[in-house]
Amino acid sequence: MIEFGHFAAFLVLALSLAQGVLGLRGERRLAGHIAIAAFGLMSLSFLTLINAFVTSDFSVALVANNSHTLKPMAYKIAGAWGNHEGSMALWCLVTIGFGAAAAALMRTGRDVFEARALGIQGLLATGALAYLLFASSPYLRLDPAPFQGAGLNPLLQDPALAIHPPMLYLGYVGYSFVFALAAAGLMEGRIDRVWAKEARIWSLAAFVPLTLGIALGSYWAYYELGWGGWWFWDPVENASLMPWLIGAALLHSVVVTEKREGFAAWTALLAVLAFLFSILGAFLVRSGVLTSVHAFAVDPERGTLLLMGLLVYGSFALGLFALRAPKLEGGKAWTLVSREGALMANNVVLIVAALTVLLGTLFPLIAEAFGRTVSVGEPYFNLTFVPILALILILLPIVQAWAWGKADVKGWLRWAGGGAALVLAFVLLGIGPLDIPVGAAFGLAVGVWLVFGAAWELKRRAITPGRVFKLPRRVWSMTLAHIGVGLFVIGAVVETTGRYEATLALPQGGTGEVAGWVLTLDEVRAIEGPNWYADRAVLTARKGGQRAILEPMKRFYPAAMMPTTETAIHKTGTGDLYAALGEARDVDGETRWVFRVYFNPMVDLLYLGVVLIGLGGLLGLWPSSRQVKPAEA
Amino acid sequence: MRARTRRLYTFAIAALLVIAAVVLAFFALRENANLFYTPEILAEKGYPAEGREVKVGGWVEPGSLAYSDGGATMQFTVIDNSPATITVRFTGVAPDLFREGQGVVANGSFGPDGTFTARQLLAKHDENYQPRELKPLEAGG
Repeated sequence: MIEFGHFAAFLVLALSLAQGVLGLRGERRLAGHIAIAAFGLMSLSFLTLINAFVTSDFSVALVANNSHTLKPMAYKIAGAWGNHEGSMALWCLVTIGFGAAAAALMRTGRDVFEARALGIQGLLATGALAYLLFASSPYLRLDPAPFQGAGLNPLLQDPALAIHPPMLYLGYVGYSFVFALAAAGLMEGRIDRVWAKEARIWSLAAFVPLTLGIALGSYWAYYELGWGGWWFWDPVENASLMPWLIGAALLHSVVVTEKREGFAAWTALLAVLAFLFSILGAFLVRSGVLTSVHAFAVDPERGTLLLMGLLVYGSFALGLFALRAPKLEGGKAWTLVSREGALMANNVVLIVAALTVLLGTLFPLIAEAFGRTVSVGEPYFNLTFVPILALILILLPIVQAWAWGKADVKGWLRWAGGGAALVLAFVLLGIGPLDIPVGAAFGLAVGVWLVFGAAWELKRRAITPGRVFKLPRRVWSMTLAHIGVGLFVIGAVVETTGRYEATLALPQGGTGEVAGWVLTLDEVRAIEGPNWYADRAVLTARKGGQRAILEPMKRFYPAAMMPTTETAIHKTGTGDLYAALGEARDVDGETRWVFRVYFNPMVDLLYLGVVLIGLGGLLGLWPSSRQVKPAEA
Repeated sequence: MRARTRRLYTFAIAALLVIAAVVLAFFALRENANLFYTPEILAEKGYPAEGREVKVGGWVEPGSLAYSDGGATMQFTVIDNSPATITVRFTGVAPDLFREGQGVVANGSFGPDGTFTARQLLAKHDENYQPRELKPLEAGG
C-alpha cells in the first residue's frame, strides 16, 4: 500500500512541476485541472500513510518509530502527522489543497494572473514535495519489520494536540497561496482592487485556522504541561506568533488596497512576508538551532534545507518586489488623520511588535555567536511587545471611526477624553481599593475600552439600532474580532496578575489552601489505561458552600518509557481551580504527595477572545449575498 | 496632502516607532537576557548580582536531594566537570524526568548565601535529553 502512496507522491511531484510551468506560461484551465488532479493523488497518498498507521504496519519505518498497537485509534490516525516526516506530508497536502481550492474558486476574470498564481503555487508544491521525497520521506520500509512500534510521544496523545498541527498548517501553508498571489500580481505589475479582493479572501482563509491552531496549542500547553500558564514565550510559540502578527497586519492593509487602491506595494510585501515567516518558523522549530521546551523532530541537516528554501523563496519574491514595487499605483490621496492613516499606524505597530518577537527569539543565537549563552524570557517580552501593542489598542476605538481619505475629527477629542477618564478611573480604582499593579489596572482599562469601543462603532455605523443586523458581514466580522481582542486582553491581564499558586506536600488526609479553596487529599490510587498506567490522586476542594473533586494524574507510558502529567481542572465560574500531581516524597519517614495547585482567574475569557477573533475572520470569509451600504462608504 | 509629504510623514512616524522599539528592546535585553551559569562558570566569573534572573545548569549530584518545608521544597546540589558546585532550592513539583544524576536547567536567582532559588526547573520531556548548553559529564567527574 505504502508503495502506492510513494509512487503517487512522485506523480504529484511531476504534476506540480507541470502546473508550475504551464501556469507561468498562462494556461489557466490546464494548470487548474492539474492542480485538482494533484490534490486528488496527494490525498490518496496521504491516506495510504494514515492506513499504515491505522493498521499498525510496522514494516513502514515511520509507523514503527511513532506508533504502537495499544494506542487508541484516534491517536493512531493523529500519529500520521505527529512526527516530522508525516507533518511534512501534511504540509505538501495543504499546499496542493490550497492550489486546488484556488483553481476551483478564483473568479477574478484575469486568466493570465490566475494562471501565474497557480503556477507559483505549483512551484511551491514542487519544492515541498522534493523536500518530502528526498530529505524526509515518510514512505520508507523497514526490513526486518519489528513486532511492535515505539509509540507516539505520549505528550502528543491528546485531543487538542491531535488537531493542532492540521490547524496550524492550514494557517502556515495557507499563506503560501497568498505568497503566490503576491508574486503573480507583482509579475503583472497590478496590485489593485481586483487583486486585493482575492488576496483578502485567501489571507483570511489562512488567518482563521492559524488563530485557532495557536489557541489549541496554547490550551494544550496550559493543561498538559502542568505549569499553570498559557503562554511561555518559547521559540516554538514565537514561531507561530510572528506569521500571525504579519497576517493580522496584512488583513488590515489589504482592505486599503481593496477600497482605495492604496498601500499596494506594502500589502504585496506583507503577503510575501507572511509565508516567509511561516517557513522561518518551521526552520527555527525543526532545525534545533534554538532550545525549546517543546520542540520535536529536530534535525540540523533538514534545517539547512529549510533555510535554503527560505533563501530561494525569499530572494525570488523580494527581488520581484524590488523590481516591480516602484511602478505600482499609489491609490487615492489621504491625510494622516484618516482611515488610511489609522491602518498604517496599525501596520507599523504590528510589524514592529513582530520584529521585537523576532529579536527576542533570535537573540540567544546572536549572543551565542559572541560566545555567551543567554536566554530571553517573559520579562523581555513584557517590556517590549506588550507596550508596543498596547499603543495601537488604545488608539483603536478612536481611530476606527475615521473616514477614508480625510477624517472629520470633531468628535475625537471627546472620545480621547472618555478613554483617558476610563483609564484614570481604572488606575485609581486599581491602586486604591483593589490593590492591583498599575500596569494591570491599565491593561484592564484597555480591554474594557476595546470591547466598549467595538460595540460603539457598531452602533455608530448602524445609525439606528434596528439596522445593526443589516450591516454588512464585514462590519460584523471586524466588530467580533475587535471585541475578541478586548476580551483576550481582559482575560490575559486578570489571569496573569490574579493567578494564585501554591505547592502542597500532602500525606493521605492532609489539607492545604490556595485562593480560599481548602484541598484535602483523600487518596492516591494506581489505575490503568489502554497504553499507560498512572497514579491518580483524589483531592476534595471546598470553599464556602462549594465543593469539587479534582483527580490529577501522573501517567507512565511504558512503550515510550515516559511519564506525563494530567492536570485536573475545575471550572468555578470565575476561573479554573487547577491541580497537577507531582512525585511522592519521603519526608521524615512519611509518604507525601506533592501538588502544584493554581487558581487561574478568567482564563476562559482569554480563550473566548481568541475564538471570537477566529469567528470574526470566518464571518469575513463568508461571501456576502447582498451589499448594504454602511453609514459611510 | 501631497504624496511626497505623506510619504515623508509616514516614514518619520515609522522611523520614530522603530527607533523607540529598538531602544526599548536594547534595554529590555540588557536587563533581561538571562546569562547561563554552570558551577565552573560561576567559580570563574563570580556570582551575578543578587536577585538578578539567571539560568543555572548542570547535573543533579546523586545523594544530594533533600526536602524541607514539610516536603514542598526540594534542595539539591548541581555539579559539572569542575570541583565547583551550586546549591539549588526549589519549591514546586519536579519535572517528570527529574532524577539524581540527570541533567537539569533552572531559572531563578542567587540569594545572599549563594544558594540558587529556582523559579522554574526544566528537564526536557525526553529520556535522551541533555541540556544543549551542557557538555556530557565525564566518567567519575
